[in-house]
Amino acid sequence: MDDPFVIADREFGSRLIMGTGGAANLAVLERSLLAAGTELTTVAMRRMDAAGGTGVLDLLRRLGIEPLPNTAGCRTAAEAVLTARLAREALETNWVKLEVVADERTLLPDSVELLDAAQQLVDDGFVVLPYTNDDPVLALRLEEVGCAAVMPLGSPIGTGLGIRNPHNIELIVSRAGVPVILDAGIGTASDAAQAMELGCSAVLLATAVTRAQDPERMAAAMRGAVEAGRSALLAGRIPQRFWAQASSPAR
Amino acid sequence: MLVVVNGTERELADGSTVADALAVIDAPPTGIAVAVNGEVVRRAEWASTALAQGGSVEVLTAVQGG
Repeated sequence: MDDPFVIADREFGSRLIMGTGGAANLAVLERSLLAAGTELTTVAMRRMDAAGGTGVLDLLRRLGIEPLPNTAGCRTAAEAVLTARLAREALETNWVKLEVVADERTLLPDSVELLDAAQQLVDDGFVVLPYTNDDPVLALRLEEVGCAAVMPLGSPIGTGLGIRNPHNIELIVSRAGVPVILDAGIGTASDAAQAMELGCSAVLLATAVTRAQDPERMAAAMRGAVEAGRSALLAGRIPQRFWAQASSPAR
Repeated sequence: MLVVVNGTERELADGSTVADALAVIDAPPTGIAVAVNGEVVRRAEWASTALAQGGSVEVLTAVQGG
């Protein structure tokens, strides 16, 4: 692969990780995932209901997309660790997107519980991808306990507010020894491109696509944005200047 | 005996196992995981893990999310 994206021991061709939440139905989700070209997509763990459906899992398997279970809804390290272990049983994967949120209103990560859960899960053999605040110090701590990537938010989940503190994301990228994945807050294609231009290895998004007026079209836009942002980073942008610099010869 | 399965009380025969509780709720054979009283019970142990009166069984599966 020309520019592979590697997490732990796995190589991905796509740098766009998708979520499945918010899609109106599985048919729309399928078209969106195909348009996104994603190879890794999150699912949540919930009580099996009377309908007994495992439809989303069947869909991902059919499309050849690796399911990435998350611990959404967990508020403590103990809840998140149990949910991750259940996901490992149900999905037969030791990968987990670790989410431990502090409250329902902001859905911001609870850093103390997150670090505790990350340590426990790494010790238990998981490949841990933690959803974290855009905190450069915490990102290092998560890496130190053995997380396979760090996934800072651009802004709170589902807000579409984009990357509120680009400098923090750059700081995280500049010191990280593991992939940095911009997770949460992406609203539109330019946000995804910006994440990649800032040096993130990948972008994880759901709402921006699943709740767009035309999810399939937005998924394609996100795919293009991630690819364009990555190419721009590798191409090396020009420095920003205060004064104009003529691009045509003077005579 | 009464056992709570995914929040609903169920009457199960004494000596029932995790596998018996799963049969009662028509759980699919794959794509699910089980916790009894907050501890994961691995698939290989479903048929041999006996439930007790008042026990709590949680059956989870993957849904859209994240």
